[in-house]
Amino acid sequence: MITLQGKGVSGGIAVGRVVFFERTNFVVEKKPVTDVAGEIERFHAARLAAVSQLEKLAVTMEDKIGKENALLFEIHRMMLEDTDYIDPIIKLIEMQRVCAEYAVMEAGTRLAQDFAEMDDDYMKERAIDVQDVSRRVIDILSGAQQDVTAGEDPVILAADDFTPSETAQFDRSKVLALVSQAGAANSHTAIFARTMGIPAIIGLGASLAPGLAGKPAALDGETGALYLDPDEKILEELTQKRKLLEEEKRSLEQFRGKPTLTKAGRRIKLYANIGSVADVEAALLGDAEGVGLFRSEFMYLGREDYPNEDIQYESYKRVAMEMGGKPVIIRTLDIGADKQAGYFGLPHEENPALGMRAIRICLTRPELFKTQLRAIYRASAHGNVAIMFPMISSVSELRRAKKYAEEARSELSGQNIPFNEKTPIGIMIETPASVIISDLLAQEAEFFSIGTNDLTQYTLAVDRQNESISEFVDTHHEAILRMIRIATENAHKAGIWCGICGTLGADSALTEMFIRIGLDELSVEPSYILKLRRRIAEV
Amino acid sequence: MKEITYTIKDPLGIHARPAGLFVKKLQGFGSGVTVSRGEDQCDGKKLLALMKMRVKTGETIALQFDGADEDAAATAAQAFLSENL
Repeated sequence: MITLQGKGVSGGIAVGRVVFFERTNFVVEKKPVTDVAGEIERFHAARLAAVSQLEKLAVTMEDKIGKENALLFEIHRMMLEDTDYIDPIIKLIEMQRVCAEYAVMEAGTRLAQDFAEMDDDYMKERAIDVQDVSRRVIDILSGAQQDVTAGEDPVILAADDFTPSETAQFDRSKVLALVSQAGAANSHTAIFARTMGIPAIIGLGASLAPGLAGKPAALDGETGALYLDPDEKILEELTQKRKLLEEEKRSLEQFRGKPTLTKAGRRIKLYANIGSVADVEAALLGDAEGVGLFRSEFMYLGREDYPNEDIQYESYKRVAMEMGGKPVIIRTLDIGADKQAGYFGLPHEENPALGMRAIRICLTRPELFKTQLRAIYRASAHGNVAIMFPMISSVSELRRAKKYAEEARSELSGQNIPFNEKTPIGIMIETPASVIISDLLAQEAEFFSIGTNDLTQYTLAVDRQNESISEFVDTHHEAILRMIRIATENAHKAGIWCGICGTLGADSALTEMFIRIGLDELSVEPSYILKLRRRIAEV
Repeated sequence: MKEITYTIKDPLGIHARPAGLFVKKLQGFGSGVTVSRGEDQCDGKKLLALMKMRVKTGETIALQFDGADEDAAATAAQAFLSENL
């Protein structure tokens, strides 16, 4: 047995024979032609045939992979009709008097190169679209068969990489899984495989060689392991896992779309934590009842300059709209400590976790804070938005932050820009100080959300990043559980709700305790939602 | 001639899908369209050229329309941009 390790991008178990998806005419011969006009004619005929294939694909794929994804074929068609694509090919046929296949491959490769050399990852990956378009034309020119799933038995399909057309056209009933040598996280292979529910592993490298074709194999799309000539033990293991996965899925699906209720019938709000607009899809797929924590700082990271108000507004608005009226709690900038962005020009600190971070940056640099608050308020006109301040440790900090929110509101009113006047303002409870004075804070805030990660670090005086002390990081420490209890009780006394948005919220060993303490909300990674809903129904 | 300017707000900039839809929209008009960003220029009716220009979020583009239906084209372009990008 040989084990190859790649990156699992679409979960599931598959057992079957490996078939190498070979593009028979991938190497195109440079054949000279005498009838140049006739060759150009041949190229146009093939190009138009490709256009009509793509037109049909755009329609038929809409049901299979959704309108948004199917639009890709429309874009491929437009490329084929673009003179920037056509002209260099014709020129090659005329100047070098070569066959159309060669001209298409050569010009297509050059164009793909232009994209591959761009300085951002998104455009780099568009090179594959250009190649895909050219391959389609070459296949038509050379009369190659495109259907790789024509065989009798379903197979594990392997290739160097899969193009969008290839991935989308496979007959689902004939493909057990996709495995590829190359592949980036945003690759079409990954996206399509997930949408269509086929297990997939990418990035297996050159060891996934065509010589392996025909071998029996098994794979786990979650761990990214591909087993060739799998032995009895692995097969047994994977079969077992598949059975469990299927059972688990069936059991979880029963909770989809249902309200989250305890055995006694108490309703718990079950929300998702997200870091970007793109995560909304996962939140909705996970069946979240809202977004309990939108980590807005990710919008500030990986950039060269501050995101302006409009850019932020667009992102917040999209999340609010895509969540369709479900609550979206946006945490204001929580940068500093372990999350740094160079352009903030934050000085080096001996002790960053206790330094200039989160609300402290915002109160020190009000112009930055106000920009974000204005953007959030503007988005509040398009959905059910709430604001949450991080790292609050005194009443005066909260009052100061609220003062800026008020300024943002009056500016917007003055400019006649719509927003929701009643946008709730809550705080993160993540410093021991905020727990001790939570009775006072509850008078000023409209909700609490406990950030258990920082609360643990500050309460137990343990550095989260320091691996050498990991044995002292006891997330179930009685001190933490008492802190959660104190904050929740004080919230309820003041008539506001209290939730958890830290990692601890998803810890099913504590769910019963959380319910007993009286927590009203749990906000977790999207994939935990159905599991937690099931767990809550048991207690 | 008619000119409009627009600052891209989509976090991904003018990426493939909206670029395709935008070019398609512009192709529906008789007027010529030039898209410029600073010194760079391209034909707004050509998808590959527009994609290669790689307009990122926060960047401002100017669009010049020239032709009989330039007013209608400019209005349609403005509406498309503010809705999608």
